[in-house]
Amino acid sequence: MRKSTSSKTKYLNPYLGGVLLGLILLAANFISGRGLGASGAIKSGVVTAVTAVNHSAAEKSTFIKEYMESHSGSPMKNWLVFEMLGVLVGGFLSGALAGRLKLQVEHSPGITSNKRLLLALTGGILFGFGSQLGRGCTSGSALSGMAVLSLGGFVTMMAIFGTAYGLAYFFRKNWI
Amino acid sequence: MGPLAINEIISENTNLFLAFVVGIGFGFVLESSGFSSSRKLAGVFYGYDMVVLKVFFTGAITAMLGLLFFSLFGWVDLNLVYVNPTYLTSAIIGGVIMGVGFIIGGYCPGTSFCGLSIGKLDALVFIIGLFIGVGIFGAGFNWWEGVYMAEFLGSPKISTALGLTDGVFALILILVALGMFRGAEWAEKKFPRAEY
Repeated sequence: MRKSTSSKTKYLNPYLGGVLLGLILLAANFISGRGLGASGAIKSGVVTAVTAVNHSAAEKSTFIKEYMESHSGSPMKNWLVFEMLGVLVGGFLSGALAGRLKLQVEHSPGITSNKRLLLALTGGILFGFGSQLGRGCTSGSALSGMAVLSLGGFVTMMAIFGTAYGLAYFFRKNWI
Repeated sequence: MGPLAINEIISENTNLFLAFVVGIGFGFVLESSGFSSSRKLAGVFYGYDMVVLKVFFTGAITAMLGLLFFSLFGWVDLNLVYVNPTYLTSAIIGGVIMGVGFIIGGYCPGTSFCGLSIGKLDALVFIIGLFIGVGIFGAGFNWWEGVYMAEFLGSPKISTALGLTDGVFALILILVALGMFRGAEWAEKKFPRAEY
């Protein structure tokens, strides 16, 4: 109990965190002409893995063909791949400084670790699929899209949060 | 001047190196704000912790205003900044599927990497799920290509679509966000949780 309270106070003020996040997003746009992203790096990973494992299947896939046509060079030599490697480093540094590094399955006391892992896997599969259909996730489509006033960015943001709010009641036992 | 990479002020390799640096900042800020915890993230849907709403909207508004001012000062050419294209059908359906994934899984892609970076195993499993989900989308691409490509509107700005200038829309968004922040502070008092 005491540990949780003390770690809670170590989080950054959310409005300050938001301003810093905005400045990083601004820097991304100023440097590369594009915003932040996360699911795009997963896509690069999947394209690389499929091509390595089964080259002939990869050549037949419209999804991979389109990716290769719009990107030059290796799919891993990609802005978002380097950015997401940075996220792992930055998150680790922040967690180390705040004393939050710990191998654990985090879950509500109302559910078991195994249930939490099953839910995480299911949620991940859905989020991964949806991020491809929606051409970007909370970072690439919603946050970065909103910063450049993209209509699609606002629509996706409202669809993500609207749906999650609409379903929150039915999944409350997993969280509270 | 900007964007630096598009105007070839920096080389491609410098651009990739800076992507890594920007990513470190991104991960550091997300983790410091508590985005490495699925239970803190899920708080936004139950009112006990509204950090997602506060950080997300403050971040979007800061970057939006920054770009508008940078453009005004001639530091960045907004015509060269990527505006996400709008495919209305897939933006909505994709968003709905992501929303279901969010309330079930508790993370989104960026925050799951952040959770993994401090040792959250549920975040690691979520990331495995992401790879599977992206793989399923790619494998069955021909089945949903029609939905994926439907209702293409180009890359419209929301301000243009609403018949407003960028500045007026920005002002309205700031006022809406201030109202939401007030609601968020109220919700945290109304639905408190001692420990999570």
